[in-house]
Amino acid sequence: MHPEKRSAPVDPYGGLAYGGREPTNGVRDMADTPDTPRSFQEIILRLQNYWAAQGCAVMQPYDMEVGAGTFHPATTLRSLGPNAWAAAYVQPSRRPTDGRYGENPNRLQHYYQYQVLIKPSPPDLQELYLGSLRAIGIDFSHHDIRFVEDDWESPTLGAWGLGWEVWCDGMEVSQFTYFQQVGGHDCKPISGELTYGLERLAMYILGVDHVMDMPFNDPQAPIALSYGDVFRQTEQEYSRWNFDIADTDSLLQHFKDAEAECARILEAPYEDPKTGKRIVMVHPAYDQAIKASHLFNLLDARGVISVTERQAYIGRVRALTKACADAFVQSEAGGWTPDAA
Amino acid sequence: MPDLLIELFSEEIPARMQVKAADDLKRLVTDGLVEAGLTYASAGAFSTPRRLCLTVEGLLAASPATREERKGPRTDAPEKALEGFLRSTGLTKDQLEARDDKKGQVWFAVIAREGRPAAEIVAEVLDATIRNFPWPKSMRWGSGALRWVRPLHRILCILSDEAGAEVVPLEIDGIAAGDKTEGHRFMAAKPFSVTSFEDYSAKLKRAHVMLDASERADAIWSDATNQAFAQGLEVVEDRGLLAEVAGLVEWPVVLMGDIDETFLELPPEVLKTSMKEHQKFFSVKKPKTGRIEKFVTVANVETPDNGATILAGNQKVLFARLSDAKFFWENDLRVAKGGMQPWLDALENVTFHAKLGSQGERVQRIAALARELAPVVGADPDLAEQAARVGKADLSSEMVYEFPELQGLMGRYYSEAAGLPTEVAAACEEHYSPLGPSDDVPTAPVSVAVALADKIDTLTGFWAIDEKPTGSKDPYALRRAALGVIRLVLDNKLRVNLLEAFDHHGMASVMLKMAGAIEDIPDDASKALDVDLLAFFHDRLKVFLRDKGVRHDVIDACIAMPCNDDLTLLVKRAEALQEVLQTEDGENLIQGFKRANNILSQAEEADGVSYELDPNPKFAENDAERALFSALDDAAGAISPAIEAEDFAAAMAAMAKLRGPIDAFFEETKVNSDNDIIRRNRMCLLHKIRVICGGVADLTKLEG
Repeated sequence: MHPEKRSAPVDPYGGLAYGGREPTNGVRDMADTPDTPRSFQEIILRLQNYWAAQGCAVMQPYDMEVGAGTFHPATTLRSLGPNAWAAAYVQPSRRPTDGRYGENPNRLQHYYQYQVLIKPSPPDLQELYLGSLRAIGIDFSHHDIRFVEDDWESPTLGAWGLGWEVWCDGMEVSQFTYFQQVGGHDCKPISGELTYGLERLAMYILGVDHVMDMPFNDPQAPIALSYGDVFRQTEQEYSRWNFDIADTDSLLQHFKDAEAECARILEAPYEDPKTGKRIVMVHPAYDQAIKASHLFNLLDARGVISVTERQAYIGRVRALTKACADAFVQSEAGGWTPDAA
Repeated sequence: MPDLLIELFSEEIPARMQVKAADDLKRLVTDGLVEAGLTYASAGAFSTPRRLCLTVEGLLAASPATREERKGPRTDAPEKALEGFLRSTGLTKDQLEARDDKKGQVWFAVIAREGRPAAEIVAEVLDATIRNFPWPKSMRWGSGALRWVRPLHRILCILSDEAGAEVVPLEIDGIAAGDKTEGHRFMAAKPFSVTSFEDYSAKLKRAHVMLDASERADAIWSDATNQAFAQGLEVVEDRGLLAEVAGLVEWPVVLMGDIDETFLELPPEVLKTSMKEHQKFFSVKKPKTGRIEKFVTVANVETPDNGATILAGNQKVLFARLSDAKFFWENDLRVAKGGMQPWLDALENVTFHAKLGSQGERVQRIAALARELAPVVGADPDLAEQAARVGKADLSSEMVYEFPELQGLMGRYYSEAAGLPTEVAAACEEHYSPLGPSDDVPTAPVSVAVALADKIDTLTGFWAIDEKPTGSKDPYALRRAALGVIRLVLDNKLRVNLLEAFDHHGMASVMLKMAGAIEDIPDDASKALDVDLLAFFHDRLKVFLRDKGVRHDVIDACIAMPCNDDLTLLVKRAEALQEVLQTEDGENLIQGFKRANNILSQAEEADGVSYELDPNPKFAENDAERALFSALDDAAGAISPAIEAEDFAAAMAAMAKLRGPIDAFFEETKVNSDNDIIRRNRMCLLHKIRVICGGVADLTKLEG
């Protein structure tokens, strides 16, 4: 080990907790620098601290099953309307078709995304993003960072944007998107969205080949847990359920129910007769859209949706998110003001 | 004379757009300058991932002053006329001059425009260029309204001469033009000022930016080939990839890495495609065996460890990618060795086109037609049918799902693995060919049978549902399919009656389906579609042959003959006709023929009768006429058997021999004799010329 490497605890990332961390017993990989995180959760914590230091509201995951961090209302809805916004959060995400019973080194049906949304996109967003990579231990003097064209489109959200996938040494570590349209509405101002695939990014930084082998907490902790300790069993359980057991009839019924409830909520007049206040119930309606979207993913994993039907289902979910977007811009968070009315 | 330097510095521009964007910048700015009167000596444009650059040398310092005189209405013309003239000139009445003209006093306007300094014009032109730039896709960012391909950060715009450099005053959406740029994002990020293009490119190079895309591409290619050569290997050439990679880096650093042993047994195409599509790696092969053993990646940065960390990372990503590919390959091989049935079943559930049924149904149709065509192309009918049945199976495989561009090729590998006959395996790959004009045409009979059946099925199907190409729109690539059939037929000298192939084939069943299972297809409706499709083939054939130097009227003259759905016969005839037309006899014969035909047609119209009787030589009045009689008999005797034998050259030669007798006949003889019997006989003689010559080609279609 190289004690001199640790002698200068320079911490350019806002005086974060890890700055004072010392290895407990000196057993460390020779290649490690003091700056290298040691666990999955440390990478998440560093991202949280970094984006907090940049002034983002660090939010918590949305409490519903979603396919990606973009579905969190803090991104989808808040990217609409004129109001400024800056949020960062971890979002557990589910893609039932990607289940591999915990055996594939890179594929999971449940995984984490780290999501940042800033509106209007600041002029130095690329620099801010690169700062976040530095904060999690990527040293630009040794790594090759590239912004490779990748335009983003979400048919279920009726959204698209331009940007890149960001490569580090040939590996995609993030999506970087300037939202142009969401829910069929032109974005004004434009939001900048960053999405980090946390497992893949962490595996690379930590030098792990199989996701289940990745240290979840500090490997030196008294009770060290790997990603597999936490998630192997759930991956097996959900893979089995997603592919073979989930009851398609009730899923189909739930889909229809969510669709109907979403429409019903949005049909309610904005004036609440009880309080006499103007209350546009965007979020409850949007929850139903999120539900429908996840139910569609489950049905897809069960293999009961044909190619032709697929498009129709996607169109139905899009109609819901679009209706929610329409309602959001009629709410205060979406820029509605009594004067404008 | 000042020089102009412009740099538009932005976030990363998609690689595929950079070169055209640089060209557009040059075109739009220089066109704008010239239009405003600013001519220049030379201009050059460059691009990197983060910048577009334009240098214009020897620009006029100011646009020249101009003076224009315009004549207006008479001084006593109505007020309205004067108002209009003032509006169009932008002058007031007291600025006009009254001059004497032939018709009296007339108003004259003298419009003098002063020259304008270059900076003013440049600012206007650049502003308009940036605001109206033809990006394939553009975006807004932040709170701004400006559109660019990605956020635009700096505008460098200077005019420089011996006295020094000056910033052109210009501001667009809050971005003020300056004389500053910056270097490589990671190796030299500090902004710096520049005074000229030479200064700019030299400083950029010091700041680790190679401005010229072709210089970057050359550097990548020479470094890659050198590194490969040093190890006795060879980089697989890929110009598209080279151009793309040159657009992803400002400072190319070539790194060669290993492919893990466990993947070297994958088909080379799989390795190559996976590395190219996902990682933008070049493949490096052993020249002797062709086996791909290493890869070349191009980094954008120099590192103290000479790229070791970067290469290790790339290798790791490649390992994961190739693990996927290997997983697909092994799963697929298992299905293939089991006979591919699950794949064939899966095709039943894949829609080919909503109105044309599933891929499975399409495969049935292709198999039936391939069997039908087999004897014509010299293929074994059983093999042709079998090849058609498995030809699309690989579309259900995991590998083709992941890499659609490997369709066909994987079919070949999997058919081989399934132990199918070699001809069948080859047809799985080759039946898609020829794809483009430069693509090879298959020659193996089984491949040819399936290739023809596949394309004819596509064409008849889309014809039946009325989805024909229109103008520039050809979403189903039907022109390409028709050209494919044409090349397959001609290159292999096949004798296919296309109308029969169309008719035999699925068109009827498709129409049945569309019409909701009516019992009978109206025969004439089906025929009309076939004929229309054949006309489409003839159009494509004309384009194809025109490129080979065959005159379009020659083709028309041959299309008008019977059996025109046999393209080999049609082309043979056309070639012979083209050849005979290049001889003096041939060319003059056509004139003689046309003269005969015109006189006859006029007479037929005027007399209201047709002169189809056999002419009688006993009414011949002179030697020339008698000679023509015997020449026609000789020609008829030679032409019929020649045509029967499809020896069009001989038929044309026999026809060309008529030139002398026909010319002599017209010289010596007045066709419209006063004697009715003689006249009628001569008309019948002309008719005989028409019939005999018309047996070779429809000469009336020839021009000139």
